[in-house]
Amino acid sequence: MIGVVNNQIDKNTLELLGKANQMAVKIQTQVCLFIIGSKELKVDHVKDYADLTVLMLSENFGRFSLYPFLINLEKAILKYRPSILLSPATTFGRTIMPALAARLRTGLTADCTDLDVDDKGNLLQTRPAIGGNVMATIITPNHRPQMATVRPRSFSVQPEKREGRVRIEEITELEDSCELIKIEKREPSAQIDQAQIVVSVGKGLRRKENTQIAEKLAQLVSGAVGATRSVVDAKWFSHDHQVGLSGKTVKPKVYIAAGISGAVQHIAGMQTSEIVIAINKDRYAPIFKVADIGLVADAYSTLEQIVKILEDESDA
Amino acid sequence: MVIYGIRYVQQIKGEKSMKILVLAKQVPDTDKVKIDPLTGTMIREGLDAVINPLDLHALELALCLKETHRAQITVLSMGPMSTEMVLRDTLALGADRAILLSDSAFAGSDTWATSYTLSEAVKKLNIEYDLVICGEKATDGETGQVGVEFAVLLNLPVITYVSRFVSLQNDSIVVERTVEDAYETWKVRLPALISVLRSVSEPRLPTLSGKKMSLSKKVEIYNARDLGLKNNDLGLTGSPTRVVKVYNTKLSRNCQLYMGKDLNQGIQEVVKILKNYKGSVRR
Repeated sequence: MIGVVNNQIDKNTLELLGKANQMAVKIQTQVCLFIIGSKELKVDHVKDYADLTVLMLSENFGRFSLYPFLINLEKAILKYRPSILLSPATTFGRTIMPALAARLRTGLTADCTDLDVDDKGNLLQTRPAIGGNVMATIITPNHRPQMATVRPRSFSVQPEKREGRVRIEEITELEDSCELIKIEKREPSAQIDQAQIVVSVGKGLRRKENTQIAEKLAQLVSGAVGATRSVVDAKWFSHDHQVGLSGKTVKPKVYIAAGISGAVQHIAGMQTSEIVIAINKDRYAPIFKVADIGLVADAYSTLEQIVKILEDESDA
Repeated sequence: MVIYGIRYVQQIKGEKSMKILVLAKQVPDTDKVKIDPLTGTMIREGLDAVINPLDLHALELALCLKETHRAQITVLSMGPMSTEMVLRDTLALGADRAILLSDSAFAGSDTWATSYTLSEAVKKLNIEYDLVICGEKATDGETGQVGVEFAVLLNLPVITYVSRFVSLQNDSIVVERTVEDAYETWKVRLPALISVLRSVSEPRLPTLSGKKMSLSKKVEIYNARDLGLKNNDLGLTGSPTRVVKVYNTKLSRNCQLYMGKDLNQGIQEVVKILKNYKGSVRR
C-alpha cells in the first residue's frame, strides 16, 4: 500500500495521489490517503483518487500540534501498514514526517523532487544534493514504511480514479504541552521553493523601492520574489527570499535573475530551474552562462517593460 | 493576555539557572565555495568547516537568554574531529560547554542514525536541558529532520519554524511560529525543543577576549565506546537510507543574448514565456 499523509485537502494532496497512483499501478498495490485535521475537511472530491481514505478529524485539529497528530497518525500507520508513505514538504510534512520516522525507526528523505518504484518495490527517492545540479537517489531497503517528503509542484494531478472507500478512525485525545494562544493569518504568499516562477533581484536593481517592479511581475504570473544574499544583507528582503547556498535551492519552471551578476553561491541555488532568464547590464556577467535567454540591459527598466506588455495584454 | 518581552522578565532570585542545549552541525564554508566549471558541481575539497549559519541564530538566541536570565549553554554536535574548532568558536561566543561526538563508526549516518546517536549521548552523558534550540536546517544537507527526530526520541515537545522568541516564563516559553498561512503564537511547557528561522536573532561576532578565553576551555569529545553504543545502530550500518546514485544534471545552456537594437525582440521572447503563467491561480 502506498500512503499519502496530509492535514488538508489541497493541490499538494492531489499531486501526491497522482504520483502514488502511477507507482501503485507499477507494483500493483493500493493507494491510501491519510487525512488528519479539522472537522471541516471534506474529502468528497478527492476520495476517488485513492482506494481508501482514512479520516482522523477532530475539532482540536484545526491547527497542527505535533503530539496529538503524531499519536493518532502513528496508530493508523501501524494499523494499515503502508510500505511507502509520502507527505508534502510543507511546514506540516517537514515536521510530522521526521517525528513519525523517529517513532517507526525508519528512513526519511527530505524534499524529494522525483519519485519512482523499482520492481522490488523500492521507493527511489530523488532530491537535489548540495550545490545545485547534483541529484541524489536514495532508497530505504530494509525499513518500512519508506518515507519521503515531496516538494510541492513536483508532480501533476492525474485523472485516474480508484475505489474511493472512506473510513473514519476514532481519535485519541491527549493532553498537549503546547497551547496555541494567538493566531494571525497571513497572506499565503508564494514561497520561492514552491513557486512555478521566481523573479529574483540583485543589487543591479539599485534601490529597495525598485524591487517593487519585481513583486509586481511576480504577482502577475503568480510567482514569488527571490533575492541574492547581498540584497538580503541590505535588508531589502527577509532571509526566506534568499536563493543560493546559504538560502534556498529553487527549481521553478521559469527563473528570472534581474540585476544579478551570478556569484557561484547564487548559481548553485537556481541552476536546475527549467528556463533561466537573466537581465544584466554587463554582458560578461557570469549569470549569462547559466541562462537560456539573456537581456543585456538595465534590470529595472526591462522589468518595467515586461510588466507593461503583460498588463496591456490583459486589458485587451 | 500580556506577553512580556524577554528583557522584561526577571529571573526570580535563588531560582536554579535554565539549561539550554544547542544542537550544531559543521558545514563547508559556502562563502568560499568554488564551482567546477566542467561539471557545475561544488568543489568541497579544501573548504574550511564552519558552524551551520542557521545554528548561529540558534546559539545567538541562547546567548540572549543567558544575558537576560541565568542560563547555562551546552552546544552538542556530531561530526569529524575538525568539528572541534567549530565548537571552540561557540565557546568563544559565550557557550559554557561544548560536546563533540566523533568516531569513525558514526560516519555515513543519515538523519535517523544522527538523531539516535545525539539522543543517546544526551541520556548517557546526563546532559541536562530545559530548552533545546536548533537551526531549521543545515545549509549542506538541507533536510531539517534531525532536530525533530532527536526531540521525538526523547519525547520532547517540539515547535518548528520559530520566527520569534516572545518570552520565557518559569516553566514555559512563548514563541511565534511562521507557517504558510499564519503566524501562530504557542505557549510550550518546558522541557521542549524549538527549531528556529534566521529571523529569531541576529548573530554576534566573536570578540578577541572571547577567543582568548575559549583557548583555555576544553571541547569534550566522546566516541561510540564512551557512550556504550553498538555499531549496528550507528553510522552507515545503522542508517535506514542508502544513497544509490549521485548524478549531475549538467544543463547545457546556450544563452541567447539580446542587446542594443535586438533587446526588444528578447523582451518579446520573455513575454511569450511568461504569458502562459499570467493569471494562473495562486494557492
